[in-house]
Amino acid sequence: MAAAVAARGCGGVWRRVWQYGAGGPRPSSRGQWAAASSARGAVVPVGKSGLAPWVPVVGLEIHAQISSNSKLFSGSQVQFAAPPNSLVSFFDASLPGTLPVLNRRCVEAAVMTGLALNCSINKKSLFDRKHYFYADLPAGYQITQQRVPIAVNGSLSYSLCIDNKMSQMVTKTVRIKQIQLEQDSGKSLHDDTRSQTLVDLNRAGVGLMEVVMEPDMCCGEEAAAAVRELQLILQTLGSSQAVMAEGQLRVDANVSVHHPGEPYGVRTEVKNINSLRFLAKAVDYEIQRQIKELENGGTILNETRAFDSKLGCTVPMRDKEGKQDYRFMPEPNLPPLILYDAKSLPANMNHQQVVNIDWIHKRLPDLPSVTRAKLVERYGILPEHSFALLNEDGLTEFFENVVKQTQMKPKKVIGWILNVLLSYLKQHSLTVKESPVSSVLMADLLNLLEKKEISSTAAKQVFAELWKGEGKTPLEIVKEKKLELIQDQKELEQICQAVIDGQENEVMAIKAGNLKVLNKLIGLVQRETQGRSNPVLVKQLLEKKLSE
Amino acid sequence: MRLLSVARCLRSGGLLLPPVPPGRAALSVGRHDQQQQQPPPQPAVTVEVLDHLEQLALVDFRDAEGVERLRKAIQFADLLHQVNTDGVEPMDSVLEDRCLYLREDDVTEGNCTNELLKNAREKVEEYFVAPPGNIPLPKLEERETFLKGS
Repeated sequence: MAAAVAARGCGGVWRRVWQYGAGGPRPSSRGQWAAASSARGAVVPVGKSGLAPWVPVVGLEIHAQISSNSKLFSGSQVQFAAPPNSLVSFFDASLPGTLPVLNRRCVEAAVMTGLALNCSINKKSLFDRKHYFYADLPAGYQITQQRVPIAVNGSLSYSLCIDNKMSQMVTKTVRIKQIQLEQDSGKSLHDDTRSQTLVDLNRAGVGLMEVVMEPDMCCGEEAAAAVRELQLILQTLGSSQAVMAEGQLRVDANVSVHHPGEPYGVRTEVKNINSLRFLAKAVDYEIQRQIKELENGGTILNETRAFDSKLGCTVPMRDKEGKQDYRFMPEPNLPPLILYDAKSLPANMNHQQVVNIDWIHKRLPDLPSVTRAKLVERYGILPEHSFALLNEDGLTEFFENVVKQTQMKPKKVIGWILNVLLSYLKQHSLTVKESPVSSVLMADLLNLLEKKEISSTAAKQVFAELWKGEGKTPLEIVKEKKLELIQDQKELEQICQAVIDGQENEVMAIKAGNLKVLNKLIGLVQRETQGRSNPVLVKQLLEKKLSE
Repeated sequence: MRLLSVARCLRSGGLLLPPVPPGRAALSVGRHDQQQQQPPPQPAVTVEVLDHLEQLALVDFRDAEGVERLRKAIQFADLLHQVNTDGVEPMDSVLEDRCLYLREDDVTEGNCTNELLKNAREKVEEYFVAPPGNIPLPKLEERETFLKGS
């Protein structure tokens, strides 16, 4: 099984990280690495230095806040950044005599997510209480689904770029163990100076979907890619806005290492990861830390660690000392949650009380993977391009709008979108919505280029001007800066002749057979025309003249 | 508040605690060992068990009388083992065959900060105030109240 994990995993990436990380060049390691990375399913031999290679194992527990108006079991509002304790009902504050009432929208969100992740939806699921004491959990227990969750046994496919180039992508799959509905806790603000904790219960009781991923990943890059794809899926479904920075998507990583062929090692849980970048860093750091510890003869404790983003390392979490006994018990105030499909739909039941799995299935939007495939098919762009388009909010729409309004082929348009527009947006930290260059202006510009009225270099200059957002059209800018290509053939011929006349040596070299020197002449013509000559045409003219 | 309610439960013998295998302090509500017909031999309610319970449930057993109440409660609960439950599905609650009511996703509550804060002993600018983090109970040797009265 361990070998299968290695085969599924990213041996190549891991080899690099360990070589640079664990300290000191190892002259004997080359042979060892070659053996490790080539073995796919075979037992990996022990290296010369006596150290067998390590197989890291990464599993994820992801909590996604459900996008709903009100909370999971109460009618108080779900909203980010409201005055403290203003979105709290008596139930959320756990006052005696209050009871949970399940929010239908939360059930639908969980079913949608389960279906999108290829899960089996449990038509009967149960609620349980998970007990522990903490100031932000006023009831002393969290209502969750421990015995029978709402969805089980799914899968998530995601893609990785090999070797940091966007040229080759590989698809991987991670199994989804289950998805369960549960309550969020409140927020604690620790005031160490006054030795107290301030508690805000606005978040207490908000609906969460916990997505448990099996330990099928082997490094930080895979973990981050899987979470990114899940994020896109959730956002497409609308079941969660999944913004990590606002705490709508929280990831805990379970990390362990073992030698191939041996049982899994002791795992640690890493919490306090606030972004995809930190997720990759935290996982990779923890893998390295465990390897170092084990190679120095130490042991790994089954503990919970927090990721310190400033130091880039994981540290033990004080509060989680000792094994927790959650004393799970059935939630006595909630009967089982029954879901229906087209076959089992009861005849005389109030529609509002029925959640129909098939009805939800029919209304699922296109998942990101489907959208990407459609983009590739419809526009003839590369898969990597489709990933880049979906990765940036609003970029796909922008691209499609430009394509609609221009004669330029989509395959060429995509270059301008990804290499020019996107890089400007990134440089200025703007979203597509905030772009000073609209899709209309962009389409106009590309049309000028397509009609060969300006050169590619000139187009880039025009784009830079458009970016200033002064309200000028591309045509106006071209006229203003005199960037039009010289259309007059005679004028071009004259300039070409002048260049030829002035470069005797180069002309001789070309006539002697050194055709590369032609590029220098083309360059000189470009300089003479201040970039306003079409290089292809110039090349033709020069070749014609030189052959005379 | 929790302390009092547990004490009340113990007194009435209504607290359900499955038998603890000798030497193991962890307790959990599980189904796997409930299929016996005779009550199993009474395991000792050891100091470790008491300590573990106090940590988990923040209960203060206080004195020998409290511990005796606990033993009696366990004995009482063990009577359940005399019932043959082979092939019987466990019941979660008497309401488990009722329909689970689904509420529409409307905002109908909240906005009662002042009312809620009335219950708070201490508050800071509309936040509830609690002691820092989770202070674990001091170790057995250091605890003043453990079995204080005995």
